[in-house]
Amino acid sequence: MMATLLALSGCGGPLSMLDPAGPAARDIATLWWVMLVGALLIFVFVLALVVAAFRRPRTAAPTHSPRDEAARERLFVVTLGIAFPVVVLLALLAYGLVIGERLLPRDEPSVVRVDAQARRSTWDFTYPGLGRTSRNVLHIPAGRPVDVAITTADVIHSFWVPRLAGKLDAIPGHINVLRIEADRPGTYSGLSAEFSGPGYSHFKFEVVAHDPAGWADFSEDGTE
Amino acid sequence: MRALERHRKLTAIWSSEPGFRGWFSTVNHTDVGKLFLVTAFVFFLIGGILAMLIRAQLATPHSAFAGPEIYNQIFTMHGTIMMFLFAIPTFEGLAIYLLPKLLGTRDLAYPRLTSYGYWCYLFGGSMLLVSMVLGIAPNGGWFMYPPLTGPIYSPGINTDFWLIGITFVEISAMAAAVELCVSILKYRAPGMSLDKMPIFAWYALVTALMILTGFPPLILGSILLELERAFGLPFFQADLGGDSLLWQHLFWLFGHPEVYIIFLPAAGVISTVLPVMCRTTLLGYGWVVAAAVALAFLSFALWVHHMFTTGIPHMSLALFSAASTLVAVPTGVQIFAWIGTLWKGRPELHLPMLHILGFFVTFVIGGLTGVMVAVVPFDWQVHDTAFVTAHLHYVLFGGFVFPILAGIYYWLPQVTGRKRFFRLGEIAFALIFIGFHLTFLAMHWVGLLGQRRRIDTYLPEDGWTTVNLVSSVGSFIMAMGIAIVILDVVVHVLTATRGPRNPWGAGTLEWAMIIPPPAYNFASLPHVASRDPLADDPDLPLRLARGEGYLGEPREGRRETLMVDVSSGAPEALVVYPANTRLPVAMAAMTGLFFLSLLLKFYWAVPIALAGVAALAWRWVWQLGRSVDEAPAPVGHGITLPSALGADRSPGWWGTSFLLVANGTFFGSLLFGFAFLWTVAPGWPPPALFEASLGEIAVGVAALAVTVAAVESAVRTNRAGGRPLAALLAGLIAVFCVVAVCAVMMARIPAPTEHAYYATLLVLTGYALFHALLTGLMFAFLIARVRAGFTSPSRRAEFTIVSLWTKYLVLTGALVLAACQLPDLFT
Repeated sequence: MMATLLALSGCGGPLSMLDPAGPAARDIATLWWVMLVGALLIFVFVLALVVAAFRRPRTAAPTHSPRDEAARERLFVVTLGIAFPVVVLLALLAYGLVIGERLLPRDEPSVVRVDAQARRSTWDFTYPGLGRTSRNVLHIPAGRPVDVAITTADVIHSFWVPRLAGKLDAIPGHINVLRIEADRPGTYSGLSAEFSGPGYSHFKFEVVAHDPAGWADFSEDGTE
Repeated sequence: MRALERHRKLTAIWSSEPGFRGWFSTVNHTDVGKLFLVTAFVFFLIGGILAMLIRAQLATPHSAFAGPEIYNQIFTMHGTIMMFLFAIPTFEGLAIYLLPKLLGTRDLAYPRLTSYGYWCYLFGGSMLLVSMVLGIAPNGGWFMYPPLTGPIYSPGINTDFWLIGITFVEISAMAAAVELCVSILKYRAPGMSLDKMPIFAWYALVTALMILTGFPPLILGSILLELERAFGLPFFQADLGGDSLLWQHLFWLFGHPEVYIIFLPAAGVISTVLPVMCRTTLLGYGWVVAAAVALAFLSFALWVHHMFTTGIPHMSLALFSAASTLVAVPTGVQIFAWIGTLWKGRPELHLPMLHILGFFVTFVIGGLTGVMVAVVPFDWQVHDTAFVTAHLHYVLFGGFVFPILAGIYYWLPQVTGRKRFFRLGEIAFALIFIGFHLTFLAMHWVGLLGQRRRIDTYLPEDGWTTVNLVSSVGSFIMAMGIAIVILDVVVHVLTATRGPRNPWGAGTLEWAMIIPPPAYNFASLPHVASRDPLADDPDLPLRLARGEGYLGEPREGRRETLMVDVSSGAPEALVVYPANTRLPVAMAAMTGLFFLSLLLKFYWAVPIALAGVAALAWRWVWQLGRSVDEAPAPVGHGITLPSALGADRSPGWWGTSFLLVANGTFFGSLLFGFAFLWTVAPGWPPPALFEASLGEIAVGVAALAVTVAAVESAVRTNRAGGRPLAALLAGLIAVFCVVAVCAVMMARIPAPTEHAYYATLLVLTGYALFHALLTGLMFAFLIARVRAGFTSPSRRAEFTIVSLWTKYLVLTGALVLAACQLPDLFT
């Protein structure tokens, strides 16, 4: 089923998190493919156990002695029910933790900081140090980490550029910082990803990643 | 007495009024359970039709089927109806219908409360339906995040319908939860110790306890948001010391346990039905019980996984992520115990088994995607996308609807006494199974391609067109399957032929009675010595009908059953139930008037409704009294038992205890909210701190001390045979001093609309005031009881109940005083 869908629609699209264009989105896409393969293996294994229960050749009468019962409990409950998930989950948690730590905004000399404020139907971006603002289009340099400081002027929103990184909410009275980065210059679609009433479906923005020359122009030029 | 004569006598005592009139006066759990289930199924259909509208809207890009205003109402109501008006009430209905039968007794602990819960559910649910018909239904999404749902951004009445209607409906969940806890622990067949309980009873007990501790945060959140909307108390407004994140914490403190509140009863159905379908017993009964309890505890520790994108520090998220994935362990224990049961027995592919297999496939996928979204970085991407919508439908449809369909087909013969004739069920299963997976597998994919939840339209260049069309086609196939199930059940109920008494060869007691079940369930109560009493003794139904069990002699037109020891199941006391009455429906209507006057802002009607509720409650409790002592009575098997009215731990005492657990959770959530705002919200500290005056503290503490001393003295005097009027009067006066202190403090709190701090203090003192008034009413009631001669050393139950409430007042009152002072000491 998944395979058919994959063939039908592929992984592309301007908003596909499976077509990553930055380090954060790429880490998470890899995480997804690893988890998908693991989940498929577990699913097939569990289903095989169920099917096998129906196909099993049977002795004349099923045995219910306390010893059989205890052996079954050891196999199904202790080994399969407890030990198996604990091992799998510990591995997955460690992997997820490492990736999560790697995606956090940390101090680096090359980091660019921008402020993003959402209000219903618009995103306003300001560039501290550059004395510039832009509306619904966020300008960033390609190949450099960018920290977006996100807040809102009205209700809760969420800043999300699926091909670059995960999302982070814009919450009244709070400022959340999200690290994004684009590998190459280009235009990336962004979405407001927290329901905000009528108009939500069309509440989008764009991220333009500039090459070094373009970014220098943007930084120096007073106009958009 | 012959079996037929006994049947006639018991039927005369227990049956509801005939026909339509009986619906309003019945308190019988079989009747009310069926009412619950049918009503919940009607809501399921309404919610399903809304789902079809959503899929119609999203089938193609640029859809102009419904505008965003209507569409927002549609998806909000779809979620709300399925969660609050279908899933929870279905559990309530199933448990109310089944438990007394499984436990080998005649009714639940509080028959009138069963009925009251139903009417609250029906009236509250109807309020929401009315809003939908009028086109002013809630439209902020089923989790209602402020500030979007606050007074500034949603000034209309839509949100009020949700907050007030759902709180009204939750009364039924709380009522059912209290009643189920007491019934499972105290109302079982003699000899049924805890380890011999049918597994479904364990699941229902855990679920009921979770409702008691899971729903109060939501009820608190709803009250706070409604206070903000109606009176401008700024709990969720950042610029006035509130914080919209407080709502998210309160909501998900409820919302995550809710998922397990829905799943656990369904797991109970599987644990009951699956072994019968395999001609064996459940593998690892003790492990399964432990897993259910572990799941309940864990489910309260992972609400934050709904808030991974709100900017909480990553290490805190990692803890909640670990807790969230850990849930897979007790779930895994259950899944593999069931698979082990399949291996242990000889599985047969009857219709209920097909739905159980549907459950396995669907729920395992839902569990695996659940682990995925519990991994923080992945959730940062898929949060609020169609991937999550797909995941939650795999969990809820797989973990609830398939098991419930299995349960419906399993117990339908028990309900109707008929056997299946037409073979529509298999076709329906195939359509539902194929349709479901088509719809929601596709939805995972489109979520990964960036489709958000709750959008009403999209563009062709987004690249989602084909997948959405597949999803919509699947949903219509599934809808056809559900329609055939309904057809199948209706045809079965109306036309099928009489069936055998125990068609599946089950071992539990619900099959040890005449089917369809008589109003009294068992002509005499069995003595239980194992988990499968019917398997041990196939002649049990006959012997019970002959009156060979307990309480085989109908007495004086009284509805009698036994109360047992919690752990051993040894019979303890004789319970006489109230009979048919319209009091519950009247009480629910009066409660509805209260909520309606809040909704329509007819505040002048609120005191009238409250006085009405108090008067009806007075009458409700008064009816249980006796003006003479009850002599201990023989109950069969040579045992003589005292009346439950003379027990220190009477049915009412147990109910009060569980209700206070819920109430305490509510109060604890309020204190949590206070601490949360103080430490996390922007806009603190407040302009000026509030302090209780020395006089208020002195009078308050003294009055609380006198109250508890008075009630203790009254309990002792009554037990010694005296009339404790003086103590009760002293208590009443002291309670009024507490009321006065609370009122003075509330009047002194500065402008509660200007800062969340003052608003929170107002709610805290208001909480104490309400409980003081309630306790005062109880003291007045006891005084009336004593004066009317309704009390004696062996009619003492009400004293211990009032004692519990009084101690609760003292505890919370002292904590409220401390909460007003403490922050002051720290700053």
